[in-house]
Amino acid sequence: MATLNTAQTYTTGLIQNFDLYAPKLVNKEEYFCAGHRACQGCGEALAIRLMCKALGKETVIANATGCMEVISSLYPTTAWKLPWIHVAFPNAAAVGSGVEAGLKVLRRKGRIPDRYVKTVAIGGDGGTVDIGLQALSGAMERGHDLLYICFDNEAYMNTGIQRSSATPFGASTTTAPAGKASIGNKTWKKNVPEIMVAHNISYVATACHSYPIDFMNKVKKARAIKGPAYIHCLSVCPTGWRAESKDCIKLGRLAVETGIFPLYEVENGKYRMTVELPENLRPVKDYIKLQGRFRHLGQVELDFIQKRVNLEFAKLMQKVECLKSWTELAKQA
Amino acid sequence: MTKPVGIEVAVAAAEAVALCNIDVAAVYPITPNTHIAEHLSDIVADGRLDAEYITVESEHSALSAVMGASATGARTFTATSSQGLMYMHEVLPIASAMRLPIVMGLGNRAVSGPLNIWNDHSDIMLQRDSGWISIFAENGQEAVDMFIQAFKIAEHPDVLLPINVNMDGFQLTHMVEPIVFPTQTQVDQFLPSYRPFATIHPDKPLSMGTLALPEIYTEAVKARDVAIVNSKKVILRVWKEWGKQFGRKYEPVKSYKTAGAETLLLTMGSMGETAEEAIDALRKKGVKVGHLNMKLWRPFPFEELSKAVKGCKLLIVTDRALSYGGPGGPLCSEVRAALYDDPSRPEIVNYIIGLGGRDMRVEDFMKIIETAPKAKKSGGAYQLYGVRE
Amino acid sequence: MKKQWPETWKEYNTGGIVFEPGNARSFKTGSWRSMKPVWDNAKCIKCGVCYLFCPEGCISEDKDGYFIADMDYCKGCGICAHECWPCAITIIEEG
Repeated sequence: MATLNTAQTYTTGLIQNFDLYAPKLVNKEEYFCAGHRACQGCGEALAIRLMCKALGKETVIANATGCMEVISSLYPTTAWKLPWIHVAFPNAAAVGSGVEAGLKVLRRKGRIPDRYVKTVAIGGDGGTVDIGLQALSGAMERGHDLLYICFDNEAYMNTGIQRSSATPFGASTTTAPAGKASIGNKTWKKNVPEIMVAHNISYVATACHSYPIDFMNKVKKARAIKGPAYIHCLSVCPTGWRAESKDCIKLGRLAVETGIFPLYEVENGKYRMTVELPENLRPVKDYIKLQGRFRHLGQVELDFIQKRVNLEFAKLMQKVECLKSWTELAKQA
Repeated sequence: MTKPVGIEVAVAAAEAVALCNIDVAAVYPITPNTHIAEHLSDIVADGRLDAEYITVESEHSALSAVMGASATGARTFTATSSQGLMYMHEVLPIASAMRLPIVMGLGNRAVSGPLNIWNDHSDIMLQRDSGWISIFAENGQEAVDMFIQAFKIAEHPDVLLPINVNMDGFQLTHMVEPIVFPTQTQVDQFLPSYRPFATIHPDKPLSMGTLALPEIYTEAVKARDVAIVNSKKVILRVWKEWGKQFGRKYEPVKSYKTAGAETLLLTMGSMGETAEEAIDALRKKGVKVGHLNMKLWRPFPFEELSKAVKGCKLLIVTDRALSYGGPGGPLCSEVRAALYDDPSRPEIVNYIIGLGGRDMRVEDFMKIIETAPKAKKSGGAYQLYGVRE
Repeated sequence: MKKQWPETWKEYNTGGIVFEPGNARSFKTGSWRSMKPVWDNAKCIKCGVCYLFCPEGCISEDKDGYFIADMDYCKGCGICAHECWPCAITIIEEG
């Protein structure tokens, strides 16, 4: 019998079960159609589908090369019902900058209808945190009215599960594989949301498709900002993580509940957890044991990971508790 | 007709682009194109041009941003040289494949290494197969005219291809020349506003930049090749129209004093003007020599070249780039290939000149014409003129 | 006349643009699956969680408010069955 894979808070009470009936309130329009060629159980495809529901019709998408671009746009078909452009791998944010500038000036000159259209640039972890980091940094720094969403499946999945700087410590990938002389990826996951906060943009958030209402609310909130915004969405890849496709949502939940991928927003420098976690986080082992990419890890590595996750979570909690918003600081200055 | 003004060519280029009422520009500075970038941003800052000027963080992003803007239906411009052009190289063919009518100004500069900021054609020669239309300006007036013509050519519904206008870095871009600017009214008359055939906008959602399986890639290549080959018709029409309206003639291969010439010297770019002084001097001495300046590089002007060399016995092709380990300079390789099947083709000699900004004076051209008959011609031979042995 | 795949070079859309939004629906991914979901409407509480979590977006509500997957597209990933609160969905082998 399938267990109810829900967080401990969802046991009783109508209010606590609000999320249960929230699907009824969601936009029914499918802007990312079935017929796309993602793997079965693809978390990223689900995340894209949810993102589109939150963005709505008045959006233009600039997409980097990657899984989502390849599986959705095989000529002569497209899974996209939104206007969509793909150019190359490292430049989603640059193309997005150009689209935003183009729409702005054409609206001003009266050459396109006089109504607001949002530009959203999306990319995988490869196209965002590695090869695309320069373009992302430039776009955010220039202050374009651009929402960038990174769909992080923690490796270069489309080209065959190669390591990226978003690959977690100890994961086995095809370019940093586990072996007799290696534990797999030797570095800790690069903290890109922090890099984005350092760009002084007014909205940065982490999200996961396993918390769909939270994710969609964040997309809506970011969309409403007339300036740069960034969302980092953890996307479970059962294929690349060597997990069962049915565990896709469960793994996302566990990533959050273990504190490995906490869900928070940073609005004008004020950190806030959007999914409250109990004081005792679930042990990382619960998350790791379900994924084949970690199966080679021994107790030493697990202890290291647990300690480091605790440390990173404590760093975040300190920011949540102590940092004031920039607007508040500006008043005091 | 306005009076000629003395103006630096790069600055004039920016003025010409501004006359075309562009919507979005993203220009990353690199010597020697910096003055185009700077002056264009001055024009926007002064409110003389209503455009979005994106100060991108790299050339790769410059072309990418301009592609995104062009896809929304904006008239777009970028400019670069050498290393910047190479940094953009990843996206260059994509702009052509996506049929985005972007205009790019190039201040031709030598490609590293070693690092060299001065003029030669190695940067554009490395982009030969990218599917862009390429035209070469011989002087400042041509540069200004060509930028305005470029938008009309690129945006033509039968073309829809990006185009680069080549100006020799420093040797043309930084020269102060007398230039006659068309008036805004004349440009508006010549260049209608851009009507894109497809844009990305929610009113008509579509997907641009799709993936092509092996089943269709060849067809995509053919469609694009046909487009660039057929663009020559449009280029010739635009040049004819320009000639009628402004009185200045443009042709794919310009002939200078070629009547009865047994020897012809072929150049591309601004060195043509120096070469013509050499031709004048030699003609005075009675030497039957003439000059050809190629203005249209892509699509390659097969017919015009063939016609221009009729009756010529020796064709001296001057290249400003070298294909290492290959059959000499790119221009000469292509000219040899173009004339191969012509039974009355001339003997062809290849001189590689003016690399990395090395100056070519009138005497140098005269020396080339003098020594060419004895130079080695066969087996892909080429002469690296002026190299100190 | 409708284009036949693979197209000729003249038929290839300029710039490789796809003008029909969402026409990926012509590609029936249902042929990929080896398992399929079956709903027990007696247990279903009509919450819509299965609809929300389907990566294909192929689950839809019928006129009575129960849910059913479009077998043309269902890849049989098992997410809907795994996430169903009252365990109203079972995954069985594709017969």
